[in-house]
Amino acid sequence: MSMLHKFHGGVHPPTHKEQSTRTAIATLPIPAKLVIPFHQHVGNIAKPLVQVGDYVLKGQLIGMPEDGISSAIHASTSGTISEIGMQVVAHASGLPDLCATLLPDGKDEWIPKTGMDFRSAAAADVRQVLRLAGVVGLGGAVFPSDLKLRAGKHKVKTLVLNGAECEPYITCDDMLMRERADEIIKGAEIMRWALEAEQVLVGIEDNKPQAIAAMEQAALASTDDIKVVAVPTLYPGGGAKQLIRVLTGIEVAAGVRSTEKGVQCFNVATAQAIYRAVQFGEPLVSRIVTITGNVREPQNLEVLIGTTVQDVVDYAGSLPDTDGYIMGGPMMGLPLPGATVSIVKAANCIIASSPKIFPAPPPAMPCIRCTRCAEVCPAELQPQDLYWFAKSKEFGKAQEFSLFDCIECGACSYVCPSHIPLVQYYRFAKSEIWSRESEKNSADAARDRFEFREYRIEREKQEKAEKLAAKEKAAAEAKLAAAKLAEAQAATSVTPPPMTEAQAKIQAAIEQAKLQAAAVKPKNTEQLTPQQLAEIAEIEARRAHIHELASTDTEPPNGHDKNQ
Amino acid sequence: MLSALLVMSGIAIVLGAVLGFAAIKFRVEGNPLVEKIDAILPQTQCGQCNYPGCKPYATAIAAGEADINRCPPGGEEGIQKLADLLGVEFKPFGGETNAPKPKSVAFIDENTCIGCTLCIQACPVDAITGAAKQMHTIISQECTGCELCLAPCPVDCISMELIEENISNWKWKYPVYALKVAK
Amino acid sequence: MSAFFSPFISKPDSVSAIMLKVLLALLPGIALYVWYFGPAILVSISLASITAVATEAAMLKLRNRPIAPFLKDNSALLTGWLLALSIPPLAPWWLVVVGTAFSIAIAKHLYGGLGNNPFNPAMIGYAVLIVSFPVQMTHWIGPHGLGEVELSFLQQLQYIFSSVLPEGIKFDAVTMATPLDTLKTQLHLALPVSEILTQPIFGRLAGHGSEMVAVGFLIGGLYLLATRIISWHLPVAYLGTLFAIAGIFHLVDPTHYVEPLFHWFSGAAMLGAFFILTDPISSPTTHKGKLIFAAGAGLITYLIRVYGAFPDGMAFATLLMNICVPLIDAYTQPKVFGKKEGKS
Repeated sequence: MSMLHKFHGGVHPPTHKEQSTRTAIATLPIPAKLVIPFHQHVGNIAKPLVQVGDYVLKGQLIGMPEDGISSAIHASTSGTISEIGMQVVAHASGLPDLCATLLPDGKDEWIPKTGMDFRSAAAADVRQVLRLAGVVGLGGAVFPSDLKLRAGKHKVKTLVLNGAECEPYITCDDMLMRERADEIIKGAEIMRWALEAEQVLVGIEDNKPQAIAAMEQAALASTDDIKVVAVPTLYPGGGAKQLIRVLTGIEVAAGVRSTEKGVQCFNVATAQAIYRAVQFGEPLVSRIVTITGNVREPQNLEVLIGTTVQDVVDYAGSLPDTDGYIMGGPMMGLPLPGATVSIVKAANCIIASSPKIFPAPPPAMPCIRCTRCAEVCPAELQPQDLYWFAKSKEFGKAQEFSLFDCIECGACSYVCPSHIPLVQYYRFAKSEIWSRESEKNSADAARDRFEFREYRIEREKQEKAEKLAAKEKAAAEAKLAAAKLAEAQAATSVTPPPMTEAQAKIQAAIEQAKLQAAAVKPKNTEQLTPQQLAEIAEIEARRAHIHELASTDTEPPNGHDKNQ
Repeated sequence: MLSALLVMSGIAIVLGAVLGFAAIKFRVEGNPLVEKIDAILPQTQCGQCNYPGCKPYATAIAAGEADINRCPPGGEEGIQKLADLLGVEFKPFGGETNAPKPKSVAFIDENTCIGCTLCIQACPVDAITGAAKQMHTIISQECTGCELCLAPCPVDCISMELIEENISNWKWKYPVYALKVAK
Repeated sequence: MSAFFSPFISKPDSVSAIMLKVLLALLPGIALYVWYFGPAILVSISLASITAVATEAAMLKLRNRPIAPFLKDNSALLTGWLLALSIPPLAPWWLVVVGTAFSIAIAKHLYGGLGNNPFNPAMIGYAVLIVSFPVQMTHWIGPHGLGEVELSFLQQLQYIFSSVLPEGIKFDAVTMATPLDTLKTQLHLALPVSEILTQPIFGRLAGHGSEMVAVGFLIGGLYLLATRIISWHLPVAYLGTLFAIAGIFHLVDPTHYVEPLFHWFSGAAMLGAFFILTDPISSPTTHKGKLIFAAGAGLITYLIRVYGAFPDGMAFATLLMNICVPLIDAYTQPKVFGKKEGKS
């Protein structure tokens, strides 16, 4: 076994994992109603393809991935779409998002599925299959997997499978590895093939001996170079960057893609989903969810995407003193806005909380700069400084102190003797900075548009002036030419005058030209009928009105229309 | 005595030369202060400051002709930034300046629009599309919410719609400091 | 759910518990203090504690802050104890009271209270006292068996509270200069170090009695290190620098400069290394910064002891280095994950 590396800091919170690993993964019966959000992944929201009243089959595409980073959404079972609208979803904001409500018919009838033999296919085709199967990172990041399987211009040497599962309470990956290790390994083979990686390292924390044994067994059957590595139990050792560091010694800085360093990392559950999607053509319509905390029977369940949290909790047996639900673990999890929200692809764990399990933290005291947070920070930041800057809203300073390298693991808040909600300050600062940046960008865009408009108006004015000048010049030239002509005529008729008389000659020529011009009269103005005269008067009046309108720019030209 | 004089004048000459050289070498073209002020202003080009756009207002501030509290879209934060930049006291909104409003974008009721193009001419950032006798519409991503299109509309079909909080523009809130609660 | 945001769990630790452990760690030193110098120190500690807590409560009230959680944090108590341990036990009661009140009210609360004081409050109190009341601040009682006259505890109490000594006993007779002070004055008389150290006031390493108190503080400090309340950087860099510079001077001229261990175990060096410099609020946060900070304090301590006007330099060294903390922190920011040089 290769030498393991260490990452800085880390904490050892009580794991509480044993309570949900006593029974095998059960399948939750099809609930009476599914609420399927169209935005369950990083990137653009999927475009709805169904309408209210449509009958859909299990695995039918109901949300089409839109541009670039996006993923597909499917009907989790067969039934009828009863509603498409805004519903509260599992999001920290507690705000509604676009969801499809599906009333299952209980038949659970699949669409025709077609698997593929990936080895004889092109990698791009496999990626397209995954995109349309809605496979995203199931460790919680929900980044579209097809995009992560593109090595790009960098050679990916190592594929890391993340089975560390470092967060307390969560055991869905543990149980999946115990029960479906072969599927995970087969998924790893597909990923290794797509990335053309040389080796596969499966990192599993050493508090899961059964999972390690099962995975080692399954890896034996593979022809690929797949190594199962037990890593020390240390939160947040399951963070992608931390696990990559521990297994390979490579540090992937914030804002750097791990492929640039020759590594790519996937969750084990994602590997299994990739296998199901490629081998059987099964889109991602269910996932393993740990239901634990304040429930009668903590366990792992295979749950259809869109099942409400209430259904999951009821199955495990809800207890009366439950005061809320957390999606994810106690370190990084999300407090849910209610039990009505549905299980999404990111939902690896639901913890029913009670005042006994998660007692209220003591009131926050001032920071005493004890640097316990800095000692445990896996990103090697100075959380006490970041806190200071975030608190005083010195966002520029916070960025200078690498705020965006923070992975929000919560280790700092966990050890803080003053019980300061540090991570919350960082989230606040980050989202403030993002919003300011986007405001700045739109202000810059507005400035550009405004300046271009000014320039355009100026240019138009100039062009108009130029045109006018050209016209005037042409007119003047014509006049001059006419004068010359007249002069020439005069010269031919009269003896060449002395130089002193030239002025008078020109004057005379002009007079003559004027006379000539006056002599030219419209021939059709004489002997007009009264009818024609009236018509002309009307036209003249209209013309005058238009002139008047044109000269006063306050009055709109179609103010006339309005009056009609 | 003489040497002291010589040394002092020598230093003066050298420093003067350095300053003169620096003045030529590091000469700044244009008025950087106006640019800096303009960068702080929100670029709505709304004219609520009584200047025909953000740049003229910035120029006026730089020239000391205008107060820093005349820009409602910039909010109090904008005033604070200007105060920091210029090293002057913060000044709250007041007097003839409107109070800042929540961010909103214009919306054209397409059933009422007669296609007169007046709003298109009024829009300082070209955020309205349409042609004569064709209905117009707002490109809401480009709209700065300046409200300049409201007045010219002969049929009053333009309204301002608040930008409501949704999942994509939602922000994490400042943590409530639990200390006071503990009392 | 109790917390609104993750993480929902936290380590059962608190500022109050940390401060309590530091107070506990002071006990061995205090016990040895009582053993060698009598129980008068307990009187000053009690006075300091009462003043500290009362001032803290008054200031919190004035600043309109919740009183209970801050009084429970034990930080005021710690400031009081540290100040009491730095000033002569047989000092008039008001000396302790004025010093402690100044520490808490001015040096702590006027800067924003817990977590915001740029200087170590106890050392500010000490500095104010030694500048304002140099006479009272330099008269220490000697260890048992050394003074001309030894006062009973009752007589000490009477002196502390009414400044009245038993008839026929002069103040000079019950007090004596500290070992550091004695060393300094006698070096001025051009006596060689070896001769000075033969006097009964000196013990095996440094001052008789006081060296054992220093050992007590060392034991407490090791407890703090073991429980990871403090990091090793500060005491190691401080004592290391003090040892190194004293060693160099001693090697160059042993007749003029005492050996480094004398410096370790005399004055406030041990107390300072483990209890004063390690005040997290007024010391740097980075590892490198802590090393620089403590090394600077060690250097200044030595320079003040050897060349300065005051017998001990711990307090001023701490305060001078406190000033530099923001600068030190700014220049010693460590590289973050993945952004270190030399690593790919």
